[in-house]
Amino acid sequence: MRGYGRATPYLFLAPYLALFLLFVVGPAIFGLWMSLHDWDFQLPGKPFVGLQNYKDLFDTQSTTAEPFWHGMRATGIFTLASVPFLVTLPLGLAVVLNRRFPGRTFFRAVFFAPYVLGVAVVGLMFRYILDTSFGVLNAFLGLFGIGEIGWTTEQPWAFASLVGMTVWWTIGFNAIIYLAGLQDIPADQYEAAELDGANRWQAFRHITVPGLRPVVTFVVTITILASANMFGQALLVTQGGPGDTTRTALMVIADTGLAQFRMGQATAMSYVLAACLAIVSLINFALLREKKS
Amino acid sequence: MRQRRSPGFWVLIGLLTLVFVAPLLWMLLTSFKPIGESQQAPPTIIPSDPTGRAYGEVLTTGGQNPVLRWFINSLVAATLHSGLVVLVASMAGYALARMEFRFKKPIFAVILATLFVPGFVFLMPNYLLMDKLAWLDTLWALVVPGAAGAFGVFFMRQFFLALPRELEEVAMIDGANAWTVFTRIILPNAKPALATLTVLSFLANWNDFIWPLYVLFSPERLTLPAGLKLLQGAYTTDYPVILTGATVASVPVLILYIFVQRYVIEGVARSGIKG
Repeated sequence: MRGYGRATPYLFLAPYLALFLLFVVGPAIFGLWMSLHDWDFQLPGKPFVGLQNYKDLFDTQSTTAEPFWHGMRATGIFTLASVPFLVTLPLGLAVVLNRRFPGRTFFRAVFFAPYVLGVAVVGLMFRYILDTSFGVLNAFLGLFGIGEIGWTTEQPWAFASLVGMTVWWTIGFNAIIYLAGLQDIPADQYEAAELDGANRWQAFRHITVPGLRPVVTFVVTITILASANMFGQALLVTQGGPGDTTRTALMVIADTGLAQFRMGQATAMSYVLAACLAIVSLINFALLREKKS
Repeated sequence: MRQRRSPGFWVLIGLLTLVFVAPLLWMLLTSFKPIGESQQAPPTIIPSDPTGRAYGEVLTTGGQNPVLRWFINSLVAATLHSGLVVLVASMAGYALARMEFRFKKPIFAVILATLFVPGFVFLMPNYLLMDKLAWLDTLWALVVPGAAGAFGVFFMRQFFLALPRELEEVAMIDGANAWTVFTRIILPNAKPALATLTVLSFLANWNDFIWPLYVLFSPERLTLPAGLKLLQGAYTTDYPVILTGATVASVPVLILYIFVQRYVIEGVARSGIKG
């Protein structure tokens, strides 16, 4: 039976859809429009330039291509360096936390706790910990005779720092998603494997890994998206340095659009970055789906 | 039934716990150190000369670092934001989970697709929209646009799908209309999901950094995370003051988290399963 009229579903959806149209769909379309114009926020005229903003990004002679691809490179390096750790370490943590032991709920809560802090807090905290001359990390390493390392001022240490603090901050998030996936794998599969004489590693390899495949696809995809969004850590901890090496694509976009007010060029950059991410996500889904069948 | 674990297992758990707790403890300890001691190499672990100076500087009203003001701004924005999210997302989620209508599938597909669109795509056009609405540098910019995110709707829909149908059928036979069923039957049965979504959207809004950094200008209107950036700029070397600000920003969310961690963790887990 239906206890509601024809318009009722739309009335329930209306408040959300109004927000969705105004702040998501509208801006997505308006952004495309902006990217086709020479949209300087401060100037009165915003002449139509067609695909020029996009062409500029692929023209090595233009002034926008160099900083943009430099930023894309920093984002790419950070993503390539962080995703393997952010996918495997939380899986290891989840496997440990999936075993039964006293205080398990408490430890889960502890390992997830950093994630409830904001990037501003985490960034400032690590900036102090990683300081070359008076940071506690170098002091600790000094106990083992390791000399001063420029964690925020030298490469490759700056990238190592950004990856390390991101792992510390977000490991719990992916671990919890894996844990939920692990609990969906029927226990009798492990019991059957045990009867067949499989050891712990074989059980992990042949039951856990295939059972987790959809969860892994999801984790890899959201982690790539999150890593490509990296901004706060680099802004607060390395301040884009040393040189411009950790100035990520998002920093370049925000700077071009909201500091230099060249918003047409900045939105074109956003769409190119988003398109790259869409391609990466599709490849990722295709690869992991193929293995399944 | 619990199994015995080897000492090696407990050493691993102990080391991991230390790694996760130490940075937080270091932040707290540093907030009680004088500037000189905070820049000492090698550092002291326990402040040898503990002082509440940084707290005095950060928490007194009317100073040039209105951390208390930022705290209140963050609290008001995050509270209003999470209330708005819960209201619109539960209504929309209910319609998408339990009602039949013509454009249901395409509407849900479009909403779901935006979960995978990176937020920065909307940064520039939304900034201009804030300008047009005269919402720049106001509370509106912090509260409203974020409520258009797809996560809340998706989350509530998944919860409503799992509720037994009999709940609403009995009420409908009694002649209750859809709104009465929703507010009297469905919402009371959705309390855990509503609480989880409230906390998740509160945390996300409290911690947001990029958006407030760009849409707020006046020092007295900033939120805590954007204010911390200012604090770092003004006091590059005064780490006790900077980390006191960071502590003040962390304590409320950590306390909130301690009380509701089961729901937060379940909420995150649930969001991943059918992603």
